[in-house]
Amino acid sequence: MSARMAGARTLFFKPAARSSSRPVEPGERWLFGLGMGGIALFLALFVLLPLGALFLRSLYDRDGVFVGLANVVAFLETPTLVRSVVNSLSLSLLTTLITVTLAFLYAFCLTRTQMAGRGLFRLLAQIPLLAPSLLPAIALVYLFGNKGILRGLLMGETIYGPIGIVLGEVFYTFPHAVMILTVALSTSDARLYEAAEALGANAWKRFLTITLPGVRYGLISAVFVVFTLVITDFGVPKVIGGSTNMLATDVYKQVVGLQNFGMGAVVGLVLLLPAVLAFIADWYGQRRQMALLSARSVPFQPRVNPLGDRLAFLFCALVGGLLLGLLAVAGFASIVTFWPYNLTPTLANYDFAQFDAAGWSSYGNSLILAFWTALVGTVVVFTGAWLVERAPGRAAMKGLVRLMAILPLAVPGMVLGLAYIFFFNAPWNPLGGLYHSMAILVLATVAHFYTVSHLTAVTALKQLDAEFEAVSASLKVPVWTTFLRVTVPLCIPAILDIAIYFFVNAMTTVSAVVFLYAPDTKTASVAVLNMDDAGEVAGAAAMAMMIVLTSAGVRALHALLSRALQARTQAWRRR
Amino acid sequence: MTADPTAPPFLRLESIVKQFGGFTALKGVSLDIRRGEFVCFLGPSGCGKTTLLRVIAGLDPQNTGTVRLAGRDVSRLPPSARDYGIVFQSYALFPNLTVHRNVAYGLKLSRAAERARVDELLALVGLPDAGPKYPAQLSGGQQQRVALARALAPSPGLLLLDEPLSALDARVRLHLRQQIRDLHRRLGITTIMVTHDQEEALTMADRIVVMNNGVIEQVGAPNEVYHRPATAFVADFVGAMNFLPGVLESPGRVRLGDHGFDCDGDHLTSTAPGSAVTVCLRPEDVQVRAAGGANTLDAVIESLEFLGPFHRARLAAEGLGSARVTADLSANLVRDLSLDPGRRLAVTLPRERLRVFEATR
Repeated sequence: MSARMAGARTLFFKPAARSSSRPVEPGERWLFGLGMGGIALFLALFVLLPLGALFLRSLYDRDGVFVGLANVVAFLETPTLVRSVVNSLSLSLLTTLITVTLAFLYAFCLTRTQMAGRGLFRLLAQIPLLAPSLLPAIALVYLFGNKGILRGLLMGETIYGPIGIVLGEVFYTFPHAVMILTVALSTSDARLYEAAEALGANAWKRFLTITLPGVRYGLISAVFVVFTLVITDFGVPKVIGGSTNMLATDVYKQVVGLQNFGMGAVVGLVLLLPAVLAFIADWYGQRRQMALLSARSVPFQPRVNPLGDRLAFLFCALVGGLLLGLLAVAGFASIVTFWPYNLTPTLANYDFAQFDAAGWSSYGNSLILAFWTALVGTVVVFTGAWLVERAPGRAAMKGLVRLMAILPLAVPGMVLGLAYIFFFNAPWNPLGGLYHSMAILVLATVAHFYTVSHLTAVTALKQLDAEFEAVSASLKVPVWTTFLRVTVPLCIPAILDIAIYFFVNAMTTVSAVVFLYAPDTKTASVAVLNMDDAGEVAGAAAMAMMIVLTSAGVRALHALLSRALQARTQAWRRR
Repeated sequence: MTADPTAPPFLRLESIVKQFGGFTALKGVSLDIRRGEFVCFLGPSGCGKTTLLRVIAGLDPQNTGTVRLAGRDVSRLPPSARDYGIVFQSYALFPNLTVHRNVAYGLKLSRAAERARVDELLALVGLPDAGPKYPAQLSGGQQQRVALARALAPSPGLLLLDEPLSALDARVRLHLRQQIRDLHRRLGITTIMVTHDQEEALTMADRIVVMNNGVIEQVGAPNEVYHRPATAFVADFVGAMNFLPGVLESPGRVRLGDHGFDCDGDHLTSTAPGSAVTVCLRPEDVQVRAAGGANTLDAVIESLEFLGPFHRARLAAEGLGSARVTADLSANLVRDLSLDPGRRLAVTLPRERLRVFEATR
């Protein structure tokens, strides 16, 4: 996810420009109607209706008999499940506290100091995005597990439990918090600091009176995003949770293990709660944030401060080093014969067939999934955003599509996956054929990651002159000609960002997919999970590394492509 | 420009009403525009002038009312089925296409014919060598000229300009004003320009349509609008103006404080004597050198503000109470009479320059 995508998060409901209610050319009418209807249908079928099915399912018992709120009562009367709620809440809070504190300091160093290597540290902070959340947990097992080399550091405590969960989740959520806070800290007005300095306020007072109030909505947003990520993550507690149950692992157990769908649905709905709360808080905060920076603001330029810059460098080097280190441990363990006793290099762990019947095919499946998700997702999201923002159409319809496009952000992947089971596996559903196909994995992943991509596209489209379509109409040029000749070329950087975002997330995601895969569509991330479950940790680490390498490779390719494109389009890009 | 006043109107707007939600932006606007005319829609922001232009363009269709263009009812036609070129304040040039391609965007010609037409237009707007460049490589004024060339390329019957000069700096604006005027004279294309800049409207237009709050306040030639404003709003909006509270004694006679003044009162026959009125006079119409006779006051200069070619004086006159008269005094008048604050002098408020409106404010 680039800064453009993180920035898109801060652009929720920006009021629409002058609404274009112009009469549509007869030839265009059906096309626009079809497009808009198609997007609405897509979002309804793959977000709204499944969630409805999930809600309904929670009212039935495992034999499909209507029991009303009995499942909820049963949930509240099951001590282990209540225990999970307590675990989930307390560990999520603790993780949030640690992650947001570290991420704030890290982002502060990136944006408010002149330390060396800021570009490198920016990249290092993104490392966790390349891997499924299972990877940090596996690496932690290597370091602190029963055979771990650093086990002594725990002083008798076990890594399998709260400690491991919190450490793993901090790693997993760190980049998200850093991105949000970096954006929040970058949008500052230098004039405020100059005025404060002129008035004699010292650095600490300036921090308390200008910096903190300026980023308070970013902080709120980061807190909620991290909290939601942790409470709905299933990878870390699955691998390293030991006997510490969390809500997300309970859903998995109830549904995959016990086949108790009714109870699974209840737990899923419980998981939806914090996410919806976070969504509302985020939305509220971002509406406020927008007013903070006016077009006349002067960007803040940090001054050189030898001591401060050096301290900042040390801190970032430590944090970045830990991120890289954890990845390196998994990478190293995947290429040795038998960690930690026989460190002879080998590629044997990459012969996946010996651990898992699917062998390399799950990696192939992930590539297919990522490719199609990137392709379908980018086309659907960009066209949808364009229809909503730039094409003529009924305002009510546009509002509805906008709302539905924002909704997936509030739905955790596990809940979405679960909801799909109930919706697409229902005997009455004519779309049941999709179940257990690669197509449903693609569609689920597109829906799951729809919102951020949509906001990125909207941001890019809003930067275009509002009158392009009006000019083409006056010149009697069909609006889709202008879409292809002008809009798409101008938005290529954002389009590439969206494609990469979809690709990398499709490679690393476990949550929705784990409920939906079939033996022949199993993905690499699920294979990591299965191999770890079967005790083949080295194989799991190796497969996780394949995901990391692929994501990193694609990201590098994207960087190169972007640079080449930049050079090519230099001529018409301003400054 | 020579528009034949007897010809049927080229563009006819009848009772145009446009609502945005609960807000009525246009309240039944009717207007005729003749072929070849250069018309300016002038008014403060939010007066409905841009909305009216967008109604004509079909970009924001009216709720009720009809638009007839060249004898054709285009009220419900989409923009592409009407016949106009449009230039926006933001230029709206396509940044990823060269100037040549931008201008050729609406052309459906063979390669050679297209080339010739684009070259012709670029020469017309004074940018013969800009073809291979990208918009970002041009200055704001040059970009606006390219936008003009693009709008003119398909030879539309009507040219719509939506605040085309407001994004430019003052010098470029003056130059481009002249150029658009020349272009209009040469091509004779019916042109409507929206502007909030009264000077722009006064210098460029054949006729000015002054709008306020979704209605037309006055339609007239620039000097008519300037010298004979139809309403107090027009008097206030166009140019500087004194507003003096008075009482109507009879049509042709008003009282300001203790003084009676002669005025033009043909339009006041329906106003009852004794009604409160507002008396308007332009600062530059206050006479000092030829002061004397009727409508003359004894005044004291309260303050004198240097404005380059002239000084703006605040005059307090005996018998006018707290009202002050603003007068623009030319630099050489001030020099010749060595005027200073505190000086007493006689000033005349010429009868034919006094405009009287019923007091509404």
